[in-house]
Amino acid sequence: MIQYVVDGLVNGSIIALGAVGLSITYNVLRFANFAQGEILAIGAYISMAFIVLMGVGIGSIGPVSFGWPLIASIILSVLVTSVVVLAIDWLLFRILRQRSASRITFIIAAFGLSLIVRNVITLIAGADQMFLSFYIPKAIPVLDNFKVVPDDVLILIITAVCVVSLHTFLSITTVGKKMRAVAENPVLAMVNGINVKSVIRWSWIIGASLSAIAGTLHAHVTQLDPEMGFELILPMFAALIVGGVTNVYGAVLGGFLIGLTEAFAVAIDLSAYRGGIAFLIMIVVLILRPQGILGEKERDD
Amino acid sequence: MIDILSFVIFFFIICSFYIISSLGLNIQYGFTGMFNVGIAGFFAVGAYTSAILTGPEYADTIFGGFQLPIILGWLCAIAVSGLAGVLVGLVTLRLREDFLAISTFGIAICIQLVALNWESVTRGPNGLYAIPKPFSRFLDSAVMSNLFYLIICIVTIVAIYYGLERVVKSPWGRVLRSIREDEVAAEALGKNVFMYRLQAFVLGCGIMGLAGAMYANFVRFISPQDFLPIFTIQVYVMLIVGGKGNNLGAIVGAIVIWALWSASDSLINFIVAPDYQTQAAALRIIIVGVVLVLMLLFKPSGILPEKKHLSS
Repeated sequence: MIQYVVDGLVNGSIIALGAVGLSITYNVLRFANFAQGEILAIGAYISMAFIVLMGVGIGSIGPVSFGWPLIASIILSVLVTSVVVLAIDWLLFRILRQRSASRITFIIAAFGLSLIVRNVITLIAGADQMFLSFYIPKAIPVLDNFKVVPDDVLILIITAVCVVSLHTFLSITTVGKKMRAVAENPVLAMVNGINVKSVIRWSWIIGASLSAIAGTLHAHVTQLDPEMGFELILPMFAALIVGGVTNVYGAVLGGFLIGLTEAFAVAIDLSAYRGGIAFLIMIVVLILRPQGILGEKERDD
Repeated sequence: MIDILSFVIFFFIICSFYIISSLGLNIQYGFTGMFNVGIAGFFAVGAYTSAILTGPEYADTIFGGFQLPIILGWLCAIAVSGLAGVLVGLVTLRLREDFLAISTFGIAICIQLVALNWESVTRGPNGLYAIPKPFSRFLDSAVMSNLFYLIICIVTIVAIYYGLERVVKSPWGRVLRSIREDEVAAEALGKNVFMYRLQAFVLGCGIMGLAGAMYANFVRFISPQDFLPIFTIQVYVMLIVGGKGNNLGAIVGAIVIWALWSASDSLINFIVAPDYQTQAAALRIIIVGVVLVLMLLFKPSGILPEKKHLSS
């Protein structure tokens, strides 16, 4: 039973980190980014590329199969993914913003983009599954009858560090405060002299960085394939809506809830319907509390 | 000669399923401004409904084999897809448009999961086979029966086209466009925006369901692999290239894009070595995606832009 909870939390951390990116684009750029799953996939494949280039495997530190090569590739992947995402914004979403396209146009563009990215990945890396390493999780006993996999614990720690850094960034730094101001009211923010363009850039960078980390962690515990983003997007949307779209911490809470329910679905032998279960929870929340657990009622905008 | 003819007939029959879906999407997205990401799902519901109702009995399913007349299967397909539309619409159409997009995306994935895993009804990945095709008993040549099928398709398309033209020019259609342009103004004029949206959404889903049913009774074999998200994107590209908010545009767009898609298929098979077919298939989808994005960026109104009425 405990193993299911741990699995749920690990999977939940990945969904949570991805959903934070979704939440940021939703609140700052104001559209549901259907290409968010593919940003995770880009991050994972770039890490994979660096692992292959370095050619020394992912290494290990103590009991954790999470060595310096893997840490280095995550850092490089964060940088490269951010650049790629900024380039995509410049090529696509920037032009749509200039034309003050409707929100639906943004969503369709993102949907088209997700398809393009998925197939570009297939074109470059092939459709087959890939593995960052041949890491086999080995549980070590902690208490009398309680074992944990060291990497699972590390993933939870990494997620906690990411969320705390995000919180610090949003509440202490000027950029973070500006970001919250734009999310709250973009017109008022602009009138007050906030450079919305730079806020948008930072939003993409933060979303892409967390996604690159989440994507690589996902690749580490499972595998890489071009469909990975497509498989992650619905749980991430469910996390966003369950937690509350207007609240970035809601996305984190939602991510863990969805991760745990998916693990529960596996536990009661419904793993074939995993994706559907995330969706059902989302629909129930939309009926009972459309603003989500931590969300506030949305303004009309 | 007969080869070319049978190819042309086949081409336009398959194209018809896209045309009908594109017309269904037009009422949702083109006229009312609702983004449905689940076209493949509603299409699949129609296909499975008709396949189960009109198809033969299978040894390994517990439900189905009703062998109803095909026309009944199609009407039920419209009804069941419409019902799926009601369920999604009731939950999400009151909320911001993003939620409709996310929910329709989710419902399409769920439908796919059900088709894949509910083996006692859908036969899972093995799919349903030997679905009856109209007239095939009476017309012994395949070309003739396809020709008759094409005639059914054309009659259906013409009927839907004229039906939709009447509908969108009616006061009801004007309300839809007013909702798309300015929801608050429509609400202020006393229109129940939610009900109008729901009606338009369900109408569109029903039409997509019909397209799916006609597909199932033509190809005679369906499996979850037939209803992938690429289908949804294809229909969007067709409608946007043709001209959203213009029913003729929806038809023209579907023909143009389906022609390009088929041509690229033949071209790729001709040029690309068999070892690289996966990459070639990926490249083809990339091209469709790029066409969609370029249209959104540079010619969002399409080949046949919406006619501006005096009232709008």
